[in-house]
Amino acid sequence: MSWAYFWSLFSISLHAMVPITLTAVGEVIGESAGLFNIGLEGILLLSAFTGTLGARAGGPILGLLMGLVTGLGIGLVFGVICAYWKGSQMIAGVGINLFALGFVAFGLQVLGSPGFYTVPRDVQLAPIRTSVGSFSPLIPVALLLPFLIHWFLNHTGVGLRIKAVGENPEAADVAGIPVELTQLLSTAVGAALAGLAGAYMSVSWLGSVTKEISAGRGFIALATVVFSGLRPLLALAGGLIFGFFESLATWIQSLPGVKEAVPWQFISMIPYVATLLVVAGVIGRVRFPKALGVPYRRE
Amino acid sequence: MSWVWRGFRPVLESVLAGLIGLGVGALIMRAWGYHPWPAYVALFKESFGSGYGLASALANATPLILTALTFAVGARAGLFVIGAEGMMYMGAMAAVALSLLRFPSGFHAFLALFCAAAAGILWGLIPAMLRAYRGVHEVISTIMFNWLSHFLSFYLVANILVDPIRAEKTLSIAKTSRLPLLLRGTDLSLGIVVAAGLALVFYVFLWHTVAGYEVRAAGANPHAARYGGVSPQKTVLLVFALGGIAAGLAGAVEVMGRPPTYAVYSGLTNLSGFGFDGIGVAMIGRIHPLGIIPAAIFYGGLQAGARLMQMEAGVPFEMVRAVQGVIVLALALPELTRIFRVLLRGWRLRGERA
Repeated sequence: MSWAYFWSLFSISLHAMVPITLTAVGEVIGESAGLFNIGLEGILLLSAFTGTLGARAGGPILGLLMGLVTGLGIGLVFGVICAYWKGSQMIAGVGINLFALGFVAFGLQVLGSPGFYTVPRDVQLAPIRTSVGSFSPLIPVALLLPFLIHWFLNHTGVGLRIKAVGENPEAADVAGIPVELTQLLSTAVGAALAGLAGAYMSVSWLGSVTKEISAGRGFIALATVVFSGLRPLLALAGGLIFGFFESLATWIQSLPGVKEAVPWQFISMIPYVATLLVVAGVIGRVRFPKALGVPYRRE
Repeated sequence: MSWVWRGFRPVLESVLAGLIGLGVGALIMRAWGYHPWPAYVALFKESFGSGYGLASALANATPLILTALTFAVGARAGLFVIGAEGMMYMGAMAAVALSLLRFPSGFHAFLALFCAAAAGILWGLIPAMLRAYRGVHEVISTIMFNWLSHFLSFYLVANILVDPIRAEKTLSIAKTSRLPLLLRGTDLSLGIVVAAGLALVFYVFLWHTVAGYEVRAAGANPHAARYGGVSPQKTVLLVFALGGIAAGLAGAVEVMGRPPTYAVYSGLTNLSGFGFDGIGVAMIGRIHPLGIIPAAIFYGGLQAGARLMQMEAGVPFEMVRAVQGVIVLALALPELTRIFRVLLRGWRLRGERA
């Protein structure tokens, strides 16, 4: 086996890390403010689709922007329902996921390609070509963003206010922090990052959209958030771990002789089994904000 | 008077949410240049305007009632079990596998249903134990198990249970194991009786037995239930097992009672989505076993009409699922009717000022 094989594993891992990391650090912001969004899977799917529409209309940058705006929009709807109207976060999240499944299947039909749409090469985001291979420009973004968010949440006034709202909304309210607005904006920014992740998948990484493009990554990102205990740097580590397992499945299948020995379906199970094992292993040791998932009502 | 309102309000909320969903659906259709009105006319004409359409609505409702029960019994205990999809695949696989064996007619079908229910329970066992003993959130674990089931079923359909003559599907269910059709010329099988019967059983269990009361108590106030001696671990395992039975049966009745092929297609195309649709059905039915039945018929009718909508108005039938998602989003609001009243009042005020 040559080095080229291992190098390809490394390269796929980096690419697979991006959507999970972006989605997870976004959700870290939202959960820090106390909102738990299980609609991430739907946001990834929706923005992978709208990102394609944007790229078709005005190139890859517009595509990524469309994804970001889609995530932001869904996040605002979710935030209004959950922060202001005290709706059930779980049910709203399920609603987002169901809506995305239907809307994207509908949209793909309308594009005239039921189930599968290939993004034209000329509107895909151009990779950075180096002497050792080509990489998506969003890889450095995903690697640096967690550091930025770590600084933001722990070392700026706004970040600390967000965490105060998630930890103890009553106290934050008394201290004059607008609880609902903080929750709304935090979850919307988080959802916007998930939207960017979705558009990255279609416009940059995979170059196509299917009904199954999110493939559970939204939930794997939720598992990453659990793993991280709401620390952005650990979310990056989690993203790298889960990205690695995901690419491991792809990579093993590309090895000569493996396809004949083990059915591909079993190799495809690797990332999901890994997620279960990691979550089962770390849970109970992490601590979450006290008011996570509980609607805040002023008394 | 208040008890009438209490009973009526959930129904009103579901209807309101349904209208919001259809409204947003109309907006989406407009945005894409379709005409919503003829589309909706076609949608409802088919499913609720003819005897045949109603029979297909009921046939489509059959698996949805069952997968909705999985979500509902979990939600009553305060759990978000979204694993019906994976459990349902396993139930269907078990039902098909049983057709490799020979048994007398009738008994064969009974045995297949039994094994499908067992397969559903088995598929929920690990997520249930992870939840009960390790505190792993059931949303994450059941979704992961859905994907494992997805790939395992792909493997079984393509390699173990494949029809040697037609590689695009599994073996057909043996004649001795099929559920009889209730109406000649339709898809409506005895499965609807199984589904409605199980809904009734779940209702009696939840509201008229001690164990059912404990499940609801654990959902309504976990701390109080625990203090009152209800074991949270036992509740989780029980609820997952019941959900597994319902979802396993959903997959089984769908293949055992669905002419003409009585088989699972490769890519699971004739199964995928029932588990997730069941969540929406459960929400519209206000996670009540008896409310689920009309909700499932409503949604089954939308599915039956969606094909005609696609043919007559050209609107892709997946639109219906997007509408369902909006309905669920609207149902997330705790005081939908109140918000609606406030909006209405604002409207009237604006009207008076103008």
